[in-house]
Amino acid sequence: MVAPSQPEGRNSATPQLSEAELERRKRELDAKLAARRQKADVSGEKAVGGMSGMGYALRLSSEFIAAIAVGAAIGWVIDYYAGSTPWGLIVFLLLGFAAAVLNVLRSAGQVAPSKVHGPGDRV
Amino acid sequence: MANDPIHQFHINRIVPIEIGGLDFSFTNSAAFMVATAALAGGFLYLATAKRAVVPSRSQSVAEMAYDFIRNMLTDAAGKGGMRFFPLVFSLFLFVLTANLIGMFPYFFTVTSQLIVTVALALLVIGTVVVYGFMAHGLGFLKLFVPSGVPGLLVPLIVLIEVISFLSRPISLSIRLFANMLAGHITLKVFAGFVTSMSALGAVGVAGALLPLLMVVAITALEFLVAFLQAYVFAVLTCMYLNDAVHPGGH
Repeated sequence: MVAPSQPEGRNSATPQLSEAELERRKRELDAKLAARRQKADVSGEKAVGGMSGMGYALRLSSEFIAAIAVGAAIGWVIDYYAGSTPWGLIVFLLLGFAAAVLNVLRSAGQVAPSKVHGPGDRV
Repeated sequence: MANDPIHQFHINRIVPIEIGGLDFSFTNSAAFMVATAALAGGFLYLATAKRAVVPSRSQSVAEMAYDFIRNMLTDAAGKGGMRFFPLVFSLFLFVLTANLIGMFPYFFTVTSQLIVTVALALLVIGTVVVYGFMAHGLGFLKLFVPSGVPGLLVPLIVLIEVISFLSRPISLSIRLFANMLAGHITLKVFAGFVTSMSALGAVGVAGALLPLLMVVAITALEFLVAFLQAYVFAVLTCMYLNDAVHPGGH
């Protein structure tokens, strides 16, 4: 592809040709670099994958549990003040479970986040 | 007892202070919080004091930290999120420094106290709520009403969304606290195995090699967790701040 052993003298002798030649070489180099960078990016992501994957797992599990706990707590408080034991706990525990599933799906990217940005939104 | 794995989390009063029947004592926890803030702030101050065009090693660490948080924040919350940069950056550095200080033997881990992480999480959620209402008024409540939901389902969905929102400070604080607490207890328990096994004589000393290897591995893991939890805390802070900046953007 690129001939690295071009004699120096030729370039200065024919500047017109060398312009085109240089342009061509630059494009080739760009393409090569782009390909290499892409490869590096992919491998870099893989290396980080283990660490961020673990963070992800911790995030998902804690979000799941937290939503259920909040649902149960709200239900329990409602029961405590309204005397509707055990209906508040039952209903809000189920709602909390729904919220937990929503949390997990949302942070896993399976459900659209609660807001979708317009194209010009992020600037 | 020296082998008590919980002992490291005991809070001791260093300077007892009591105001109006309330305990305001300066404790070892408070001392380490001061040390954390001083270390993080002092490092940044010294690292950026020269403002060299070609950064020194410490300056480039400071610049990398800045870039890291800036990218995180603009990715999650757009350019409008940059007004929260000081908050996110301080939170990230505080949590990271506190976690790393906690990795020193005999040092106190500030982030293993639930009250500290709850305070940090409430600070984040409080900022989201206050800024959300300040910037968007009642429009902030659109956060709880996803678009395109049939009218009949709206009350149910709103309830679920509210519970989901309320669960955020809890998951944010419990995650950091539980990870640090569990990690340090595990470390201490395995280290305790080493001493109690080697008290059994030659066989015990040979056997103690296994928990010793485990302690080394867990120490490495704990360093990873220290970074990871600070990172996760900062990322989630950015995502929640995004709700405050763009509540009804759906």
